[in-house]
Amino acid sequence: MKHTIQALVENKFGVLARIASLFSARGYNIDSLAVAETQDPTVSCITMVVNAEDERVLEQIKKQLNKLIDVIKVVDLTKKEYIDRELLLIKINNTSLTPEKIRELKKDLELEVLEENKDYLIIEFLGDHNQVRHLLSSLKDTEVRELVRTGKIAITK
Amino acid sequence: MKGAQILIESLLKEKVEVIFGYPGGAVLPLFDKLYDTPIKFILTRHEQAAAHAADGYARSTGKAGVCVATSGPGATNLTTGIATAYMDSVPIIAITGQVKTSLIGNDAFQEADVTGITRSITKHNYLVKDVKDLASTVKEAFYLASSGRPGPVLIDLPVDVQLQETELNYPQTIHLRSYKPTYFGHPGQIKKAAKAIAQAKKPVILAGGGITISSASSLLLEFAEKINTPVITTLMGLGCFPGEHPLYLGMPGMHGTVYANMALTESDLLISIGCRFDDRVTGRVDAFAPGAKIIHVDIDPTSISKNIKVDIPIVGDAKNVLSSLLEAVKTPPSTSAWLKRLEEYKKKYPLKYKKSFQGKIKPQYVVEEIYAQTKGEAIIATEVGQNQMWAAQFYKFNEPRHFLSSGGLGTMGYGFPAAIGAQVGNPERIVFDIAGDGSIQMNIQELATVATYNIPVKIAILNNHYLGMVRQWQELFYKRRYSATRLDNPDFVKVAEGYKVKGMRITKEKDVKKAIKEALTHQGPVVMDFWVEEEENVFPMVPAGEAINRMIGGMA
Repeated sequence: MKHTIQALVENKFGVLARIASLFSARGYNIDSLAVAETQDPTVSCITMVVNAEDERVLEQIKKQLNKLIDVIKVVDLTKKEYIDRELLLIKINNTSLTPEKIRELKKDLELEVLEENKDYLIIEFLGDHNQVRHLLSSLKDTEVRELVRTGKIAITK
Repeated sequence: MKGAQILIESLLKEKVEVIFGYPGGAVLPLFDKLYDTPIKFILTRHEQAAAHAADGYARSTGKAGVCVATSGPGATNLTTGIATAYMDSVPIIAITGQVKTSLIGNDAFQEADVTGITRSITKHNYLVKDVKDLASTVKEAFYLASSGRPGPVLIDLPVDVQLQETELNYPQTIHLRSYKPTYFGHPGQIKKAAKAIAQAKKPVILAGGGITISSASSLLLEFAEKINTPVITTLMGLGCFPGEHPLYLGMPGMHGTVYANMALTESDLLISIGCRFDDRVTGRVDAFAPGAKIIHVDIDPTSISKNIKVDIPIVGDAKNVLSSLLEAVKTPPSTSAWLKRLEEYKKKYPLKYKKSFQGKIKPQYVVEEIYAQTKGEAIIATEVGQNQMWAAQFYKFNEPRHFLSSGGLGTMGYGFPAAIGAQVGNPERIVFDIAGDGSIQMNIQELATVATYNIPVKIAILNNHYLGMVRQWQELFYKRRYSATRLDNPDFVKVAEGYKVKGMRITKEKDVKKAIKEALTHQGPVVMDFWVEEEENVFPMVPAGEAINRMIGGMA
């Protein structure tokens, strides 16, 4: 099951490496990761999405995260109510995405065309986890040249 | 003031009396300042030994031990010692030199990413890039190493930072918003535990190294006597409960006593304090204490429900929780029938070994004889393997901080340097290293250290010309195919003498007593090379992955 875990940490070098090694030492991959300063410049917020095959191992990792000296607080958002967002930038071959298709996509997804030339389009998309999935499946038949994502950020309600 | 001097001043503020270490290019400024300080410096002959010596000093005195090494290979040589201390929650401060800050990451001469390498084997580590942060880093390091669940902390100090100038400003207090160990048990949980204790018919206490660390032995004794409940101590807990007390059941697990393992298997309430349910203790997890409700007291929340599912977890310091429990338990459980049953097990299956044949020396006998002649008051360091298990089984420890052994990591080569550290920290005590012929050779160069400083450690090598524990497994589980376990040893007496240390060889049982007596009267260090029965095994034994009541060699 996918878990969204958020950690408030000291804004210092080495903290991210400590956190990442707790996962890698157990052979766990971090699916997505977003890190930035909070309103307090001495504190950073790290949001991670991990796929836990064994809930007990994940429970242990969460405790270990809390045990790290530079970690101030750890929250598993998975069973809480929260709002999440991810930002995508996608470069698509111009020929494979017609204006009609864009119009159709825009009907239920908030996307914007940032750049358009005879070769390609660059689309920006901001949305939650489900909308991202919806967008990606809608783009299945287009020729995507590049796709970059920020990693999920989230905030509890 | 230069960084190197600030470091020395900070160590003095932390009341450091001794440093174990080895110099090198990236710590030259520091060693130059060390030359003029009142802090004693012990030059080991390998950095690994410096880390183990700091560890032995810490375990035997309760104070943080300090070791120093240079960058690159000096630091990587420390790592086995750091990992050993980490697994057994020992407070040591490791200070390593680092290449100039401008060269970090450039593959400079003797450069290694030491904070990276030690990340998973330290409680915390620091790379100090600005001399202004140095004093507060040292303060934090000592605080972290010694508080909560203790552990090693490493400070990596680039050579140019040792030379930078700033004012010394040693902080008086410390505040870490992200580090707040829980010292007191939750009152609700204490109440639940007290209720479970009052209702128990077959309770048993399992006490670990946490009791020793929090200086809770006398409270443990009071508690056990109040609730009239037998006590088992783990390897790390040896000595935290008197070894000759009638309620004492010895050590559990793979080479534990039959009665300790039977007590765990039959109990209806397991009160575990300061022990983390290592796999060598539990054996097959689903058959461990199957009928017992489990209370688990530990200061480290990550230890709880990690290996064993727990019914009443209590996060807190062993000493505080024990004193709360002492208050909360009003009516002690009635345990007389249970104690009687365990007494029968004790009588029926005592720890024993076959007596000597044709005058050959039994290794267990050597340990018993050391015990008798030191009246159980010596500090015993061990290496790892059969020597360690026989020391644990046949030396009866009555006080904490007297048994020094690498429990978690199982580091061969630990015992001798740890004994050096313990002897330096306890000059008035007798300190032994009970060793094997394999493990003593992993840090045998330290004979030079004990000779130089006349550190009177007594080394008893139980020499069976094998890597005995591995050979035992090969005998029992690999059809006696002794792959790479036969040792063609050097002449240990000559080796000792080469290092200017007294050496003795003992090959007959009748000479054991006399030899130990002679070693004890000798003023300096001694190597006793006991040629023991070669294929003696450590019993009882729970085969790996078996339930702990399925012991071999011990129930016959």
